[in-house]
Amino acid sequence: MRKAPVDGTQVKRFGDPQMEVMMGRLLQVGVLLASAVVLIGGVLYLHAQHGSAPNYRSFSSEPAKLRQLRDMGHGLASGDPATIIQLGVLLLIATPVARVAFALVAFAIERDKLYVAVSLTVLAVLLLSFFRSQ
Amino acid sequence: MTALLFTLLLFAGSLAAGLLGALTGLGGGVVLVPLLTLVFHVDIRYAIGASLVSVIATSSGAAAAYVREGYSSVRIGMLLEIATTIGAVFGAFLATRIHTQVLAIIFGLVLIYSAYLSWQQARHPVPDLRKGSPWSSKLKLSGQYPGPDGKPQKYEVENIPGGATMMFGAGTLSGLLGIGSGAVKVLAMDRVMKVPFKVSTTTSNFMIGVTAAASAGIYLHRGFIDPGLAFPVMLGVLCGSLVGARYLVKANVSLLRNIFTWVILALGVEMIANGAMNKL
Repeated sequence: MRKAPVDGTQVKRFGDPQMEVMMGRLLQVGVLLASAVVLIGGVLYLHAQHGSAPNYRSFSSEPAKLRQLRDMGHGLASGDPATIIQLGVLLLIATPVARVAFALVAFAIERDKLYVAVSLTVLAVLLLSFFRSQ
Repeated sequence: MTALLFTLLLFAGSLAAGLLGALTGLGGGVVLVPLLTLVFHVDIRYAIGASLVSVIATSSGAAAAYVREGYSSVRIGMLLEIATTIGAVFGAFLATRIHTQVLAIIFGLVLIYSAYLSWQQARHPVPDLRKGSPWSSKLKLSGQYPGPDGKPQKYEVENIPGGATMMFGAGTLSGLLGIGSGAVKVLAMDRVMKVPFKVSTTTSNFMIGVTAAASAGIYLHRGFIDPGLAFPVMLGVLCGSLVGARYLVKANVSLLRNIFTWVILALGVEMIANGAMNKL
């Protein structure tokens, strides 16, 4: 079965250059959004932190509210500044992942099966590494 | 030291690292971890966590500028990202198990190697146009880029397995040390696969962010990413790299690169010495 064109006008083919421009924008928006959240969290964090800087000389991991998705929800609900910074970090980590997801869709529109499979593999590695560790 | 002063100093240091990293094309990550551990006395695990976050920010922040130039290849990048992301997961897995002394020594060795690469890159060979492997077109990796005369210049790639193997190594280093390992990525494309230099560097920039994202989730869960450090470091490096990229054309790059090469070499030796004497 063949699909009829939507209208008679010449539709510009969705190619790699347009795809790259849109992906560049996507990354820019993601990093701006993440930076804004980190900045807000950071200012609140400094405001709440009186006295001396924490000791980073010895490693003692982070509390669960700063490491695990389900506990971050509680931290955010109570407006904890450190958790807001971590939310910004999460947004930042999600930015390149969104780029891969976008490329996957773009390759699907181009009906490029090979690169749909390639993007799916990369996306799977990214998502597995994130959620398996959670 | 008060928290505010500590944060401001950290921001200033990260700004300088991002600025130098962009101006020399070596990235901010390689000086950031030594800066945090040797100057600010931060545990190396917190240092690589903060550094990895800044690496994602720089890569994504520079993306729009790189896209405009029209050199990067989304297909070469995506195909090789299979290798870099798997490498990054492996590297992050290693980072949570290796002793910090060993981490510091490996970091020092990577710094010394980066200095060597940077010194070598000053003598960049003229690219030769040649026929790539038959897989270049089968995998749709052949492409074109704007040449010096404005006309599109075609290219093909070769030795894809060799490039992918090296990319796995680049991913492992990135996940292990919290760096972008852009130099190794460029080497894999430019030297091994014979991808044109400009295409290699811009494509590498995109790959750095995706690669780092693969290990960042593991770092976060392991508690390597501290908000008090991530905040000034991420914003500092990002601002520095954006300003650096803007003034790239005006700066005396070769002098800067020479200075930076020596700084990296010195930091590498100091990281190894501190790691060996367990002073970090």
